Amino acid sequence: MGRILIIAEHDGNELNPSTARCVSCAAEFSGLDCDIAVLAKDGQRICEQAATLDGVSNVVRVDNDANEHALAAIHAPQIAKLAEKYSHLFGPSTTFGKDLMPRVAALLGVAQVSDIMSVISHYSFQRPIFAGNAIVTVETPAQDKVVATVRTASYQAAAGGGSATIELRVLDVELPSHTRYRSTSGSNGGGRPDLQSASVVISGGRGLGSEKNFALIYQLADRLGAAVGASRAAVDAGYIANDHQVGQTGQIISPDLYIAIGISGAIQHITGIKDASTIVAINKDADAPIFEIADIGLVGDLFTIIPELELLL
Amino acid sequence: MGKILVCLKRAVDYNVRIRVKPDGSGVITDGVKMSVNPFDEIALEEALRIREKGETDEVVVVSIGTDACQQQLRTGLAMGADRAIQVRTEHSLEPLDVARILVRIVETEKPDLILLGKQAIDGDNNQTGQMLAALWGRPQATFVSELKLSGTTATAVREVDAGLETIEFDLPAVITSDLRLNEPRYVKMPDIMKAKRKPLATTDLEELDITPETRIKVVKTDSPPARQKGKMVADAAELVAELKQRDLA
Repeated sequence: MGRILIIAEHDGNELNPSTARCVSCAAEFSGLDCDIAVLAKDGQRICEQAATLDGVSNVVRVDNDANEHALAAIHAPQIAKLAEKYSHLFGPSTTFGKDLMPRVAALLGVAQVSDIMSVISHYSFQRPIFAGNAIVTVETPAQDKVVATVRTASYQAAAGGGSATIELRVLDVELPSHTRYRSTSGSNGGGRPDLQSASVVISGGRGLGSEKNFALIYQLADRLGAAVGASRAAVDAGYIANDHQVGQTGQIISPDLYIAIGISGAIQHITGIKDASTIVAINKDADAPIFEIADIGLVGDLFTIIPELELLL
Repeated sequence: MGKILVCLKRAVDYNVRIRVKPDGSGVITDGVKMSVNPFDEIALEEALRIREKGETDEVVVVSIGTDACQQQLRTGLAMGADRAIQVRTEHSLEPLDVARILVRIVETEKPDLILLGKQAIDGDNNQTGQMLAALWGRPQATFVSELKLSGTTATAVREVDAGLETIEFDLPAVITSDLRLNEPRYVKMPDIMKAKRKPLATTDLEELDITPETRIKVVKTDSPPARQKGKMVADAAELVAELKQRDLA
């Protein structure tokens, strides 16, 4: 039999919800125990959070000053060392996991399965290709370790209430000094819920016309307690920062309710939202492709519709 | 000083609407327009700009595949690359083998920088750059939207889920490009003519001592479940009523 190791994503302070989604994926592997590895400078708090996830057996705590920021070149050799005891190694298909897991796979000399969206057996999975326009079923060799990223939008976060044991590990691995973290600048969602965990997401597109007009989206989002997203066109035009971008490049999300305003619905955008339970589209162009996939569509001028919605909601 | 290697993958053009074969054996590629993977095109543009600033002497493009990929190498030469290398193979290669091949090329070419797209828009794997960096034992900067070289080090701004992350690293290194790194130039007709005379060298897997393996077997290919076209409402009030009915407002 085997055992699954999930690499925790965190910011040094909080466990990212993507980790809990990976735990739900791991739960589909019948008979395999699931552990979580936390690589941090001081992982105490993150480990305590990880230990509460339902279905986790052990949390492996690896503290090292070099782990203060998640750099793939520093993390990968440590994970390759931890891998000895595991048959499956998973990370989330976020920029963190996408950066890290292929580096781990290459160090182990095995392939990587990107974006697992469903598990058929311990060694067979489904994943999207061509921006989600086709789904392939793949099989990996049973003698190799399975290194994979989990498409987080395909899984709900695992529930809390668990009580895994926390095990401290000291790894004897030489770490490179050729890569150095400098800084991160982010809008942090302006205090709003984050895109990955929000149940409601409101996104604006080029139809907003300017950075100033984007305030309409923020106001409506605040009214609904929603996270704010954006199309690539809106980010390219400088209306909003890149960490709000929803789509193939950007974040792939699965909220209960997604409201697309002034977004035409390029295929790259649709890729990022098609796991939403309900999609609402508001656009002045009745022929916009977004209406082909929207559950509720409204053709009209967003500058009159948004204020009306604010009054009605 | 030095040299930049850029990897170009021949991929289905991004404007093509992909269709799955009815028997589930793959996607339809017969008669479909093929292009340079758009992220690789951005990588090449960045390399050319670095050369135009005088920070490198030579830009070499490399592609792996059948002779059909010479078309993409010629596009790269027409954009401005100095020379091209084709690694000839009939195999459909997985990222790990592509990375192994690129390590061999790196051993002979000794570039200061390797630039490639963050992913190819066919397989959407997003692995090759990271695997190459691992096997080569060098730094990687993925999802890069800004790159600055300064002597033996470089600084990159990476588009990550939390915003923009800046890292510094030693050269040589592997860079994978994101969309906002630059806007690639258009190729002009005289450049296409000139590109025909630029050198294109060919090697093969035997020469590089690489035996490709199929590690990930594709069992079948399906169309994704389609979302149904929903209901159109007339105004904001009707929209809110609809949301309330579905317990969403």
